[in-house]
Amino acid sequence: MNHKKRQILYGYGFIGIWLIGFILLTLIPLIRSITFSLSDVSITGNEGIVTYPVGFDNFINILTTDVTFIDNILMFLSEMILYVPVILILSMMIAIMLNQKIKFRALFRGIFFLPVIIVSGPVINELLNQGAGSVPLIEQYGMLETIGEILPSFLAQPLQSLLSEMIMVLWFSGVQIVLFLAGLQKMSAEVYEAAQIDGASPWETFWKITLPSLRNIMVVAAIYTVVMLSTFSNNTVLGLIRQMMFASNGGYGYASAMSWLYFILIGILLMIVVLIIAPKENVKRIKGGKKHATQHSKNKKLL
Amino acid sequence: MQLNIQKTKNSFKKKLLGLQLKDGLLFKTLIYALLIGIGFVYVYPILYMVSISLQDLSDLLSPSVLYIPSKLYLENIWTSFQVLKYLETLFSSLTVTLIPALLQTMVASLIGYGFAKFEFPLKRVIFGIVILTYIIPPQLIMIPRFVLFNDLNLIGSIWAIILPASLGQGLYSAVFILIFYQFYKMIPKALEEAAQIDGASPLYIYFKIAIPLSIPSFITSFLFSFVWYWNETYTSSLMLNNVVETLQLRLLTFVSSYQDLFPGDAALINEGVRMAATLLIILPMLIVYLFIQKLFIQGIDQSGLAGGEQ
Repeated sequence: MNHKKRQILYGYGFIGIWLIGFILLTLIPLIRSITFSLSDVSITGNEGIVTYPVGFDNFINILTTDVTFIDNILMFLSEMILYVPVILILSMMIAIMLNQKIKFRALFRGIFFLPVIIVSGPVINELLNQGAGSVPLIEQYGMLETIGEILPSFLAQPLQSLLSEMIMVLWFSGVQIVLFLAGLQKMSAEVYEAAQIDGASPWETFWKITLPSLRNIMVVAAIYTVVMLSTFSNNTVLGLIRQMMFASNGGYGYASAMSWLYFILIGILLMIVVLIIAPKENVKRIKGGKKHATQHSKNKKLL
Repeated sequence: MQLNIQKTKNSFKKKLLGLQLKDGLLFKTLIYALLIGIGFVYVYPILYMVSISLQDLSDLLSPSVLYIPSKLYLENIWTSFQVLKYLETLFSSLTVTLIPALLQTMVASLIGYGFAKFEFPLKRVIFGIVILTYIIPPQLIMIPRFVLFNDLNLIGSIWAIILPASLGQGLYSAVFILIFYQFYKMIPKALEEAAQIDGASPLYIYFKIAIPLSIPSFITSFLFSFVWYWNETYTSSLMLNNVVETLQLRLLTFVSSYQDLFPGDAALINEGVRMAATLLIILPMLIVYLFIQKLFIQGIDQSGLAGGEQ
């Protein structure tokens, strides 16, 4: 009993600072943000902030009349649908290449991780402004125009923006590459040896062993990617929310409603991403695989 | 003779394609080519920045000068150095990033330890909420926080950044709490039990045993806090409200600051000056990275975020 009480006391003692911070700076603001989103908020000189409840008017207004917001949200969505898979696949491919027996691995890894350190809204802004955000070859050979001519516009537009902002994809893959590489290096060589003995080709090995065991990391990487892209300072939706805070036709209430709509959208997006990637039964498969592998190495010894 | 030729042919084939495709020369060349190609695209923007910022107007306009400037021209760098008020701004940038990063790291360690080592009611629920705060987007709580800090007269002061950081509600605090939690979970119980038998209090164990062991986690958390605070502009620009200026924020208003400093000269602001300014912004981080690159990557490896077992 005494021990238990001490545990509770010390436990709350250690995390107490978080609880206080959470209640004051996250929970109460969240609740206030809901009230704001359901109100018309005006700032008066002597009374400070005055809220007047208007129900779902803000939301209805945004969804029915705010063309800019809807446009930006749709742009953001189409970018995410394109960027997230491309970032994940690309960073996994780079990680697999780095995991081969190659020289200068540390150097390459250092280069691929470098952008994580320097990427910021204003810097990316300047680079894109100067046209340094694209791959030089793509620009020179007029690939963008060709794509515009060949493909229908709903496909061509995101693809063009992807290619001309290639830097956004590459520079945002640094953490994911390191995550995948760490995962790859933790995998036991035994499994691969066993597969090789069984006559599996590298192609089959990738699909049957590498990919399933990277799933957990892929979920982490996918969540990271979505959160990072959706909260990056350059994001147009974020910019719009910020602008609306102080706009005459907006205000705190309107901007809060926008934030909630955006958050709900990201929440749905995250759920979809996790549902697609998250392992379903692969836990069993990996366990089976390991048994298989140890059996094989035993057999090898016997032989 | 013919057998010999056959033999060399075979060994050549073996070298080229390898036994298992993966160890062949062809495969290796392909890998290196791809890695170098992608690596080039990665550093291209930085090379471009360096090259453009060293070109004077005639070089910028001349079609014959693409990447390599005809002479060493440092005027752009000097101009943007002045426009950014570099040293002064660098100092204030460092204050509003280093202090929150340090506080955030220390607090995350404390909180992570609490979750890792003690049993208390609602622990799992609270820990779940900690993780959930990672996906609560900043813009959602930014407005009410702005209102709150405005009431407290904290807008435009460094406290608007320090306060959330020191209460575990800073930039990506959840990630750092998780890193410390994972680390402290791994410390064997026997170690603490031995200290407990010797009569050490939990606080003593935390300060004298846990903290010294978790120095690598401290380094990782501090580095990433530092980098993320350095590069974050969305919330900080609102909270600092142009009273405290950071390098990143000055880059956002670079054109107008340039016009203030060189009135009438506005037409002369060219990509050379702007790229020089951008280069100056990322320079401190580049230097840091050059020296302690390994620490960053090891950090992610050790953080347990990529944990194989799970």
